[in-house]
Amino acid sequence: MSEALVAAEAAVTGVEPVPAASGARQFWRRLRTQRAALVAAAVVALLLLVAVAAPLLTALEGQDPNSYHPALIDSARGGVPIGPFGGVSADHWLGVEPQTGRDLFARLVHGARVSLGVALAATVVQVAIGVTVGVASALGSRWVDQLLSRVTDIIVAMPLMIMALALLAIVPSSFPRPVLVALVIGLIAWGNIARIVRAQTLTLKGLDHVAAARLSGWGPVRVARRELLPGLAAPVITYAALLVPMNITVEAALSFLGVGVKPPTPSWGQMLTAADVWYQAAPQYLLLPAGALFVTVLALTVLGDGVRTALDPRAASRLRVGTGRGRGKKGQASATAPVPPAVTPTGADKSAPTEQHPTGGTAS
Amino acid sequence: MSLVRVTDLTVDFGGLRAVDGLSFTLRPGAALALVGESGSGKSTVASALLGLHRDTGARVGGAIEVAGVDVQRAGEEELRGLRGGRAAMVFQDPLSSLDPYYAIGDQIAEVYRVHHRASRRAARARAVEVLDRVGIPDAPRRSRSRPHEFSGGMRQRALIAMALACRPDLLIADEPTTALDVTVQAQILDLLHTLREETGTGLLLVTHDVGVAAESVDEVLVMRHGRVVEHGPVADVLGSPAEPYTRALLAAVPRVEAARAPSGERGEVVLEATGLRREFGRGKGAFAAVDDVSLTVRRGETLGIVGESGSGKTTLGRMLVGLLEPTAGEVRYDGRARAGVRPDVQMVFQDPVSSLNPRRTVGESVADPLRARGERDERLIRARVGELLERVGLERAHQDRYPHEFSGGQRQRVGIARALAAEPRVIVCDEPVSALDVTTQAQVVALLGELQRELGLALVFVAHDLAVVRQVSDRVAVMRGGRIVESGPADQVYDAPRDPYTRRLLAAVPSLDPAVAATRRTARRELTEV
Amino acid sequence: MTGFGGFLLRRAVGTVITLLAISVIVYVVFYVTPGNVAQITCGPRCSPAQVHQVAEQLHLGDPLYARYGDFLQGLFTGHDYSTGTSVEHCEAPCLGLSYQTDQQVTALILTKLPVSLSLVLGAMVLWLLLGVGTGVLSAWRRGRLSERVLTAVTLAGTATPVFVIGLVLMIVVCGELRLLPFPQYVALTDDPEQWAWNLLLPWLSLALIEAATFARLTRAAMLETLAEDHIRTFRAYGVGERAVIGRHALRGAFAPVIALNANNVGSAVGGAVLTETLFGLPGIGQELVHAVKVVDLPVVVGMVLVIGFFVVLANAVADVLYAVADRRVVLA
Repeated sequence: MSEALVAAEAAVTGVEPVPAASGARQFWRRLRTQRAALVAAAVVALLLLVAVAAPLLTALEGQDPNSYHPALIDSARGGVPIGPFGGVSADHWLGVEPQTGRDLFARLVHGARVSLGVALAATVVQVAIGVTVGVASALGSRWVDQLLSRVTDIIVAMPLMIMALALLAIVPSSFPRPVLVALVIGLIAWGNIARIVRAQTLTLKGLDHVAAARLSGWGPVRVARRELLPGLAAPVITYAALLVPMNITVEAALSFLGVGVKPPTPSWGQMLTAADVWYQAAPQYLLLPAGALFVTVLALTVLGDGVRTALDPRAASRLRVGTGRGRGKKGQASATAPVPPAVTPTGADKSAPTEQHPTGGTAS
Repeated sequence: MSLVRVTDLTVDFGGLRAVDGLSFTLRPGAALALVGESGSGKSTVASALLGLHRDTGARVGGAIEVAGVDVQRAGEEELRGLRGGRAAMVFQDPLSSLDPYYAIGDQIAEVYRVHHRASRRAARARAVEVLDRVGIPDAPRRSRSRPHEFSGGMRQRALIAMALACRPDLLIADEPTTALDVTVQAQILDLLHTLREETGTGLLLVTHDVGVAAESVDEVLVMRHGRVVEHGPVADVLGSPAEPYTRALLAAVPRVEAARAPSGERGEVVLEATGLRREFGRGKGAFAAVDDVSLTVRRGETLGIVGESGSGKTTLGRMLVGLLEPTAGEVRYDGRARAGVRPDVQMVFQDPVSSLNPRRTVGESVADPLRARGERDERLIRARVGELLERVGLERAHQDRYPHEFSGGQRQRVGIARALAAEPRVIVCDEPVSALDVTTQAQVVALLGELQRELGLALVFVAHDLAVVRQVSDRVAVMRGGRIVESGPADQVYDAPRDPYTRRLLAAVPSLDPAVAATRRTARRELTEV
Repeated sequence: MTGFGGFLLRRAVGTVITLLAISVIVYVVFYVTPGNVAQITCGPRCSPAQVHQVAEQLHLGDPLYARYGDFLQGLFTGHDYSTGTSVEHCEAPCLGLSYQTDQQVTALILTKLPVSLSLVLGAMVLWLLLGVGTGVLSAWRRGRLSERVLTAVTLAGTATPVFVIGLVLMIVVCGELRLLPFPQYVALTDDPEQWAWNLLLPWLSLALIEAATFARLTRAAMLETLAEDHIRTFRAYGVGERAVIGRHALRGAFAPVIALNANNVGSAVGGAVLTETLFGLPGIGQELVHAVKVVDLPVVVGMVLVIGFFVVLANAVADVLYAVADRRVVLA
């Protein structure tokens, strides 16, 4: 089969030949070609930097997030900040919070810390549980698979916000709140990633190179580590990249409802709780946390899309903007390799029309 | 006037020329086959005839005239009238080529209504008519089924029915039987033949299989790298090829008539299976993929296992190497019962893409058995891997490359090197050449033969292709529905088959000789009428 | 189709099992909390004697399975509660009494349910229409400027949390432009017109983010279908682009959209909680947030179960619809 022809066709359709050699270098090379993803990555990097350097930044400003400044608010008018634009000054770069007079800049950057920290920690928990359950389900005995799949079904059926809301009610307040929020989100929302990992592991397990590795004499652990787990990296990273912005939204929502991160710890969601009352006097009190949330979630989503495209150019190329019309006609122009009669790895009968429904959907 | 007139056709994808200066004509009612290996550009030509390259970024040059339509200059409307109306395409994969969500009759009716002013009811009636015409039993009822409710052969018939719906002047068939079993393939080819006799439709057949071409057409055009190699009446081109490439191609095609050159010494029995059975599924869905199979393999001999899809041959192969545990029966190795895998029984896999880990260099993969055995000396490992790669016809330096840098045939060679690294006494080859072009196929088969003689290997060769199996095997077992229906020395099974199924299989194999093909067709008719 | 009946039966049994499992998990999680249940229930200011009394009332001395059995029995046959002097009967789907108000949880939920259903069902109609419409449009206009704009808008939509868009809508539409009064729930049975006007903003807030998700999925599913072989077949038979998109590509996107709708009921319910809180709609969500804040366990457990019931039911219905949309599933 002419490799050159395949490559040429790929150039036409925007599909690259199988990534194969993969590795981080190739991933970066593909990510680099996407401008939107690069901008998003820069924004995310900046946000992470702000989150990490929050104490430093506030020290630079000379403020801290939790000090009250009663002198800066007009208690006669119900706690409106004194001065133009909600009390913006050289000391308070973004003004102060109504009613308390706490420094807004300090609360915003510390809020980034909480928001990203909780979201990332929750993602780690979700991925850890999801991968463990998914792999165990795919590689374990029938019985283990049945049990874990049922459990996963139930987990998926539980409404995340509701369960989180309820769980957060009953844990004693002595438990550190951000850790608790991350744990609760992580413990409830791992169902989908477990399903994805299970499906992918089952696919990989059926591949011939896994059988070949078994035949070469390696034990099951080494085969799993060498031949299976690397193949899971791409879908897991892709899905994790989608989970982070979702977790940020959930944390913000819980804090907005007053059951997530508790005061005085600053959080974007919490800042929005009272924003509707103050928007006329101090519009930035609404706009700053709302904007921060929007930009963060948008950047993470775009980055997630970019990561997916870079990891799986075949699947993603179809979804990319501007692939041109009439792509569907294209396929057959390829140098059609003679396709042998399909033989399933198990040799199970082919004539029975079963298999594949279009999405991984709910057909569980 | 010609039905098809192609003059100096070129098709470029980006910087690469897939078709380069191709010209041919086809008379109304005549049949021409475009034959070539993968990458020859034959399918690209078929698409170009219907103007399917428009808006895809491919550049098409030269002149194309089909049924009086200038495809290069025609407007969108005129082109749509041509597509399906005057020239209809039959695609390769019948399952994916039909919409899974609509009834087959409705899909045919939809196409009919694109080209004819007809009521839904009339279009539906036409759909039933053509389905009946292509031999779908109980067509009025079956026309309401969706594609997944049809078998592979029935789906291909339905696709042909769709092509016939508008009474086109030209049928373009792009590898129409490649996804089908040999017996079904014969039925479809016979159907195409009869339809042509009755309707006088012209046929352009695109195929990699010289035998399929010999069965079906009057003229053959051999393509390579986008150019014409040889063009002429089928009997001339296949009977006395003028070009070296055509000769090489024909020489590489395995023939079901030719006996195998006698192989070397046969030794003691190394592998023995008794009463093997393997079930899949549970409850009502349970079935036995392999049912009570016993066989022996001796040192230095090749046992061929041949069968159609679903016959259980792959499951059997996997049980022989220990990748699958039998539900009943046992595999004995050197006279001792054995469970699980062991290094001296290895396997060569069918799919050269999925049988190598894309994330590791081929050297790493080949070294696996060495390392698993406990070899730690990296210099020794490199040297041994290099030696093995050279032995299978690759280069020492190839060990640092990744699988995607190799062609299908080369990857298959790597797979063989990996199997050899374990120093096996038995190798089970599961469809080792079915994904390869015919010339590559011949090379890989030759390599396996050499290695067998040199190392005294016992080979089990599992395949669906009767000719390939005959080419390599000393003894042959024919499988059907999980059982061995006939086994014995290859010559005996092939020349004097006892089982009716074996006879049907052999009668279905396309012949390279058009005259023989015609007699076989008559024979097949008799076989089915009985 | 006999297989279909069997499939329905299996689905139904599976749904019941899931519901039971959820009830067990919810019950266990909430009544085996880290910390003293009686103390949490009674509140921080309770005296030890009061705490003891509460523990007695809750039968905390009994083993867990007995208490769960009791709870389950209440669900199916009703329950009698002694309120010190008299005995109050709690009708069949009995979820217990609120610790705060002694009101029956079932009755409480029933008064709140119409509000939440009005909100979620109305928004669902909106997001399906908007989302699928946008998705089809951007698949149809693929490669053109209008598609890029749609893609950017939907992307921005998915990145805007419900409460942010709700806040902005409320401030702009009700506060600044004064186009609508601040929403106040009016029952459908009282005044349908006012019902719709007052729910308009909540519907929009909840629907926009979901619509964006659906638009992205619909577009992706349609493009996926457009790349498949059977689309090539119809193009090669002269079928026009309009029919290819409207008939074949849309049909291929149908099943994934149904699947997503089921998956999204859960997140939409979460969004409904936020919307109700934000707009002050007296629905289940708002009540749940309140109950969580005052740690009214029977109310929390009851509401979580009822919401779980609806979500699981929606999932089951979607599964059946999915199977109808794609009959091959039944055979798998």
